[in-house]
Amino acid sequence: MLAPSNEADLAEMVAAAAGPLAVRGGGTRPIAGMARGEPLSVAGIAGITLYEPGALTLVARAGTPLRDVDAALAEEGQRLAFEPMDHRALIGTDGDPTIGGVVAANVSGPRRIQAGACRDSLLGVRFVDGRGSVLKNGGRVMKNVTGYDLVKLLCGSFGTLGVLSEVSLKVLPRPEASATLAWDGLDLEATLAIMTAALGTPFEVTGAACLPAQDGRASATLLRIEGFSDSVRYRVGALAKALAGPEPDRVVHDPGEQAALWREVRDVTPFADAPGDVWRVSVKPTDLPRALGTGGFRHLVDWGGGLIWTLVPEGTDLRAQIAVPGHATLVRASAETRARLGTFHPEPAPLAAISAGVRAKFDPRGILNPGVMG
Amino acid sequence: MEMPKPDSTVLSKKDSILRRLQEVLPAGAVIHEAAETRAYECDALTAYRCPPMAVVLPASTEEVAATLRVCHELGVPVVPRGAGTSLAGGALPTADCVLLGVARMNAVLETDYENRVIRVQTGRTNLSVSGAVEEAGFFYAPDPSSQLACAIAGNVAMNSGGAHCLKYGVTTNNLLGVTMVLMDGTVVELGGAHLDAPGYDLLGLVCGSEGQLGVVTEATLRILPKPEGARPVLMAFSSSEVAGQCVSDIIKAGVLPVAIEFMDRLCIRATEDFARAGYPDCEALLIVEVEGSDAEIDEQLGVILQIARRHDPLELRESGSAEESARIWLGRKSAFGAMGQIADYMCLDGTIPVSALPMVLRRIGEMSEEFGLQVGNVFHAGDGNMHPLILYDANKPGDLELCERFGAEILKLCVEAGGCLTGEHGVGIEKRDLMVHQFAPEDMEIQMAVKDVFDPRWLLNPAKVFPLAASRARRVAG
Repeated sequence: MLAPSNEADLAEMVAAAAGPLAVRGGGTRPIAGMARGEPLSVAGIAGITLYEPGALTLVARAGTPLRDVDAALAEEGQRLAFEPMDHRALIGTDGDPTIGGVVAANVSGPRRIQAGACRDSLLGVRFVDGRGSVLKNGGRVMKNVTGYDLVKLLCGSFGTLGVLSEVSLKVLPRPEASATLAWDGLDLEATLAIMTAALGTPFEVTGAACLPAQDGRASATLLRIEGFSDSVRYRVGALAKALAGPEPDRVVHDPGEQAALWREVRDVTPFADAPGDVWRVSVKPTDLPRALGTGGFRHLVDWGGGLIWTLVPEGTDLRAQIAVPGHATLVRASAETRARLGTFHPEPAPLAAISAGVRAKFDPRGILNPGVMG
Repeated sequence: MEMPKPDSTVLSKKDSILRRLQEVLPAGAVIHEAAETRAYECDALTAYRCPPMAVVLPASTEEVAATLRVCHELGVPVVPRGAGTSLAGGALPTADCVLLGVARMNAVLETDYENRVIRVQTGRTNLSVSGAVEEAGFFYAPDPSSQLACAIAGNVAMNSGGAHCLKYGVTTNNLLGVTMVLMDGTVVELGGAHLDAPGYDLLGLVCGSEGQLGVVTEATLRILPKPEGARPVLMAFSSSEVAGQCVSDIIKAGVLPVAIEFMDRLCIRATEDFARAGYPDCEALLIVEVEGSDAEIDEQLGVILQIARRHDPLELRESGSAEESARIWLGRKSAFGAMGQIADYMCLDGTIPVSALPMVLRRIGEMSEEFGLQVGNVFHAGDGNMHPLILYDANKPGDLELCERFGAEILKLCVEAGGCLTGEHGVGIEKRDLMVHQFAPEDMEIQMAVKDVFDPRWLLNPAKVFPLAASRARRVAG
């Protein structure tokens, strides 16, 4: 395995590569399909290079373990606002998630509805393209429209356009308090109604999700409010009052209990040990009922109804059962199913041509993660 | 500012180009009389003017596609234009171009409160997007100062910001989908009402690409429920450095105001003469605004005022009513107009890390003396997006050039401080030649290579963004 310890080594190795490279960070998210080629690990290019709490910015080398980033931020009462998912339990991987892997896969969690996705927090990147050139785009300031935004393009490109060496991120204050309103046993229709109403209020809901029934526990519809203590108390009351329909069964204030609930949502743990394939479906919330598939499957719903995790029997083509705009990604499946159904939703021809054209510009030899993303 | 020499082959075909455009477009959509094209000779960077060969004002995505197909076939450069409010010359025509204006396309196509999105044609003005959803209690967050006039098309092209980005982000964070026409007339859809993209984030790439990758004709925008209330506080300080430090401390404390605005003495005085907002006479002031219910606002302002007091403020002015709030904002909102009363000015737009504010403000002050030109500072301090206004006299020979040289030095300083040349106005022609200070040649080359994919012949807004020398080979080959 190629294991560069700095950006210059990385550039040299890519330039010298005679064949395909399978780029990895911590190796915990093999969700984009398996790359053929010599493994290239970025994990050795690690370390936080700049952290300015007063400017809400953190710059880290791509191989920096996510837990190191989290720890540094926690010390200053800050955090990554986009709440990145940990894929290990769901996919059954081990290893140490890296910040570069989070960016390469544009991993975002429940707070996406209010704080944006990873791509919205990403301010700048340094990366090595398929020729072995070190390139940079963006920077470390929140407003930057100088030249094209290749930062967004690199985010979620799964190492196919370049090997990330450094990322800079906007971070946010960790709130003083949070509360979670919970309803037990509601069906998805009632859940969607509550989420839609809640997200239409000014009370700044930072999580709107529904955990499926499991192990004798009823489904749980959850709304999260965060901020200063008095403000959270006020908004919980105001939100409960603003919602028609059933009163919440519980309001959870305990930080540990809330963390556990939202971790379940974020990491899709209800499907971790359940047999079957897992799909991730992104639609507009009101299309949820038509994006569930026809097999009576189990679902975990997030993003106010806009993100549906669906557990299906192995080999099921859920994509074929969904007829609404949006897209379905096959996150967990056997190699055979992945090869047959494809990880990503097929793009319309003109967009596929643009994507292929862009990829060829960044990686003219086609050596970065071939087989991943088409 | 140099512009490429018009393509004589294109100019010689003017009549047949006009005929072909008139064949595919309705009567009145093609303008070519000199008296009429003159209205499109510049945008808000008025120092540079050039009437286009023709102006096309389509009314639909199909008409835009038809226009681009003809121009593509005949090799005619196209300059897209929203409302023409670009401060960077993003919509400046060339003599051999067809200027494609989207002003007639201003319809609301769909409002969807359940999914919190609105779909509009991109000629619609920024403020009228909020206007369309206001009654239902929603708003569109990005609010550039020109929001009364500027169009969503231009907002998408420049990835526009505004005063409230600290909390709500800029255009790219509030844009969910677009309908875009490629230079060859192909219509593509990027994104939609859902929250993320399946493949590469082409939507993120297109936003801020200054009309060089495609013409965006429709946009799906995220709308948000209006906050219960908002209230500003005004703080006066004895120096810019102290005000800058206060900004950093507020942000670090865990409060996230929706806006933190900064003004220095020169701007305060000009504003007072102009708008009489009753601002204190001081070296620097901040206007900090927070949102929420009354109780929440009290809580947040309590934290903010406590921090401000540690910086020995000359005055802390809290607002007790909507009228007082309006007075606090009055001066800030009239600042640009006020500065325009005292002199001609050039407005810069560099962004720096908030932590570098005191150093950069001090250096700008020193450079102001070196160049012998006054600078006023009024800007969005919370996100480090500076707007130094350099005063000059347009009637004094050489003053504009001196001012441009000074401006370039300030922008280089922003880059050296860890920031960038432009935070929300875009590169256009104005900062084109400064790109080399922020990007190595290979960092620009990959951007131009991206344009090659979308527009291989470099017909769309070709003389913008990149230094002319860097893009010459591609433009000439096209």
